[in-house]
Amino acid sequence: MKKEEYQKLVSEYTPKENKWKNAALSFFVGGLVGFIAELIALILQNSFGLEVTESYSWVCVIMIFFASFCTALGFFDNWVSKCKAGLFLPTTGFAHSVTSTALDYRKDGFITGLGSSFFKLAGSVILYGIISAFFLSILGVIIYG
Amino acid sequence: MASKKLNNVYIKDSFSIAGPVEKKGSIKNYDLVMDDYYYHEKTFEQSEIKMQKVVIDNLLNQNKLINSEIDLLVAGDLSNQISVSSYTASNYTIPFFGIYSACASFVQGLIVGSEYLDNKRKGNVICVTSSHNLNAEKQFRFPIEYGAPKPTTTTFTATGAVACLLTKEETKVKVESYTIGRVIDMGCRDASHMGAVMAPAAANVIVDHLNELNREINYYDLILTGDLGCIGSKILIEFLKQAFGLKMKQHMDAGCELYLKSQEETYAGASGPVALPLYLFNKILKQKNRKKQKILIVGTGSLHNPFFVNQKLTIPGVAHAISLEVN
Repeated sequence: MKKEEYQKLVSEYTPKENKWKNAALSFFVGGLVGFIAELIALILQNSFGLEVTESYSWVCVIMIFFASFCTALGFFDNWVSKCKAGLFLPTTGFAHSVTSTALDYRKDGFITGLGSSFFKLAGSVILYGIISAFFLSILGVIIYG
Repeated sequence: MASKKLNNVYIKDSFSIAGPVEKKGSIKNYDLVMDDYYYHEKTFEQSEIKMQKVVIDNLLNQNKLINSEIDLLVAGDLSNQISVSSYTASNYTIPFFGIYSACASFVQGLIVGSEYLDNKRKGNVICVTSSHNLNAEKQFRFPIEYGAPKPTTTTFTATGAVACLLTKEETKVKVESYTIGRVIDMGCRDASHMGAVMAPAAANVIVDHLNELNREINYYDLILTGDLGCIGSKILIEFLKQAFGLKMKQHMDAGCELYLKSQEETYAGASGPVALPLYLFNKILKQKNRKKQKILIVGTGSLHNPFFVNQKLTIPGVAHAISLEVN
């Protein structure tokens, strides 16, 4: 059997992911995360008298803490496998990836293990985030002056 | 030709330890089970070394053997440079052979051990294999909880260790013959679909074994593959039919059978070199009312490496077969 024929056989037997269902679930869960974040922001603004921009910074910190805490307790990945992109795309996913590497390499030394592996996954997000921010800001200056 | 019939090599005994997910699976009578992945050690790597030591010590005690009575220790695992096995071996005075064929390591170990004993009058060889889910995740994939949903074709590395004692004394399980498999690359690139990588290698070794020993597929009462998983098993059956015109009815896959369908976190089934011996020694060979049967065991391994996967190279697979006669 040729390789191409075999690949055809494999794809016949590989279950197809229900992309529409996953997308709908991600949309709903991602929206729910946003809703909770907004709710926390409103509480911070109304009950603690924080400015709008300041409250959003605090929301970010709270969400990151909450996600990292759930990672450390060992159930964030189970949620991700059920909730798909709705949970791993927001800040919660970024926090989770950093915390899980930290947990993974904490016994391999602070420099050689934890330090060098800390941004194993998140490093790409930071690098390409900065690069795209750089080019988008140039574009912004060109368009808006 | 890489098939050979053996003269009076037998499996005398085995000892298994299984991890926290495995103990909730389809087998309830493991010799020992672990409640957590650390197994009272500081790291997962050390936990795997302890698992190997525990199974070897218990196997020696069970059979009232001391280090000097064992001719050879053959061990393999999934860690970098198979260091788990090497560190385990440093605790014993037994000559040691470290082996690697990914998840086919156990069958490779049995072949090496059996070949060593083949023309001897007496002797004992211990074959050990282990895998640890979180060590394998760290080694082959991303960090433990890498935070992205996995595809349904993913297999879940089983946690456990198995030690088995090969001997020249006659027992109820005879190692009758073996076939060393070829490395087959059918153009698969997806490391999350290892069943597809390994199925052609499994099919080829089965066909080679049958041809070289002049046997029909019905000669065996059971063909037990290692860790193709539930999807890989279907691919193997179809591949055998389409490429070789063989209908394999008496097939079972240890990876597909090790967990219950309700254990969703295991996706397409178990993988890892320990999946096959866990199922073989704790289910197949411990069956009540066990009948005389001929079993062909096919260990399957996906020979990938994270660097090569990232470089988008295709993944080769390998499989080795060993024939057991159970009385």
